[in-house]
Amino acid sequence: MSLVTGSAADDAASKTKARRAGGAKPPAAAAGRRSRGRSLSRRNLHGWLFSTPFLVLFGVFMLFPIVATLLMSFTDFGVRDVRQPLEAEFVGLDNYVNLFGDDTFRTALFNTAYFVVVGVPVTVLLGLLAAILLNNGIDRARTFFRVGFYAPVVTSIVAVAVVWRFVLNPTDGLIAGLATELGAKAPDFLGSETWAMPSLIALAVWRNLGTVMVLFIAGLQAIPTEVREAARLDGASGWGELRRITVPLLRPTLLYATVITTIGYLNVFEEPFVMTQGGPDNATLTVSLDMYREGFNFFHMGYASAMAYVLFVVIMGITVLQLRLLKDNTR
Amino acid sequence: MSAPTATAPTGRRSEGRVRKPLLYVIASLGLLVMAAPLLWMALSAFKTKKDLTASPPVWLPSQWTLSNFSELLDQLDMPLYFMNSLIVAVLVTVSNLLFCSMVGYALAKLDFTGRSKVFGVVLIALMVPGNLLILPLYVLMNRLGLIDTYAGLVLPFAAGAFGVFLMRQFMQSVPDELLEAARIDGAGEWYIFFRIVLPLVRPALATLAIFTFLGSWNNFVWPLIATNDPGKYTLPVALATFANDPNRTIAGGNGMLMAGSLLVVLPVLVVFIALQRHFTQGIATAGLK
Repeated sequence: MSLVTGSAADDAASKTKARRAGGAKPPAAAAGRRSRGRSLSRRNLHGWLFSTPFLVLFGVFMLFPIVATLLMSFTDFGVRDVRQPLEAEFVGLDNYVNLFGDDTFRTALFNTAYFVVVGVPVTVLLGLLAAILLNNGIDRARTFFRVGFYAPVVTSIVAVAVVWRFVLNPTDGLIAGLATELGAKAPDFLGSETWAMPSLIALAVWRNLGTVMVLFIAGLQAIPTEVREAARLDGASGWGELRRITVPLLRPTLLYATVITTIGYLNVFEEPFVMTQGGPDNATLTVSLDMYREGFNFFHMGYASAMAYVLFVVIMGITVLQLRLLKDNTR
Repeated sequence: MSAPTATAPTGRRSEGRVRKPLLYVIASLGLLVMAAPLLWMALSAFKTKKDLTASPPVWLPSQWTLSNFSELLDQLDMPLYFMNSLIVAVLVTVSNLLFCSMVGYALAKLDFTGRSKVFGVVLIALMVPGNLLILPLYVLMNRLGLIDTYAGLVLPFAAGAFGVFLMRQFMQSVPDELLEAARIDGAGEWYIFFRIVLPLVRPALATLAIFTFLGSWNNFVWPLIATNDPGKYTLPVALATFANDPNRTIAGGNGMLMAGSLLVVLPVLVVFIALQRHFTQGIATAGLK
């Protein structure tokens, strides 16, 4: 720890191997450049050096935008201000006030809530059932089944949304064709205000079920076999074991899976963007899509920034709430 | 979709051998539902226009054709978009491997003042949704002249918090004695990092590389915003723009769209199936903390 590498490593960061060892005196120039450099031990210096690229990128591409979005949400930032950002005019809370009088935005909020309230429980429940089925139910070809259930997760949402649009197509689609064969008539899923949102939810469930399943499989495998065996010796039925042993012990995983799925679904964008463009009649317009349109189609960037912050606050609030609710139940 | 729900009631009464075949049937039905859209896509890409509009629908093409692909390539410069996606994904992956493992090492093994603050920054970065950032990010990139450049597509994703978190977890398992011994032998921190630590965490680097590459390959919102010039589109942006183009004739277009989707999805599916072990391990590690 007393070895002082000095700023040689600093300067030679990427190229030269910093093998400078033994009581080297810090070069005067470098010491002057960073006045506190002398007091930093070698560990301190390197700790910060190793963190620098990440911290710089975080500062420029995350911290700055977080603050800038907030500032923009209090201005009338428009298309002209993209070139001269400082000329945007301060409008106080106008954007936020307008937002809550905006029927389109309220529709978007409702639709996003619909997507989350229906989509999250279905995804988590089916993911849990798939995990139990593939982990405890069957022994052979487990990998094969898991790969199959997980495959949609790795696909591009845009590509599978295009595929689903075709599958749900009322004239040439797979579902419509199968329905005809059974003597029924499938609805025009994406063209109907009733069916459009459930169709998007079905796509999201299909694509995200694998992530939840893998989380639950990891959770199931962390349950000691002794616990299960003890329950069985005590005469627990399969159902009792599931309810009394498996699900309670999976609670941390359940919490994590619910939180990440909820955050993902609150941001839903690609599915409506590709499959319905928010239609029919705004039935699938989500907050993210509304924000994208206001911001990048109409260049009402101040207004869109206010939407972004409302969504952010909602996400934070719901996450905290979920952490509370699901944690308390464990006691 | 509802197939797996039947497990609980069947598992309740019947025992051992009786229930096993039934569970396989349920699992197979579930798998079929999961695979159906992708199979439909892959098969439809090779169908003639007649098969594409056949009623009742046909699964296997009565006549295999590549015409959907050639029509698609006439209208869309797929090789260009493929290269754009590949270049961006490779750059994002390489920079994540380097930067995330650097911070991960510092957080796991260097006891420096302010370490907990840096870790706090990582946790914050994990939670911030991308949608909160895109508006000022667009303005910033515009000012920097980085719209329609690879740099503009890569930089915001060059060091993801997920990667830092993952690398920190893995680096903690590297024995301290090893690092101390190297220090006593006079090795500098950079030497230790590149020559000792990185080779030891190679499996973690593989996991991170796969996830980062995949995330970048499938990324849509930012490339959609950060590119105006079709010459800089990535695959998902090109596909979405093409699919939503109101001027595109719908008749027979589905074949082209399925061919396009297949070209976007196939590379990652192949990589996934080849390296599937890393995926499940990576999720389990990151998820269970």
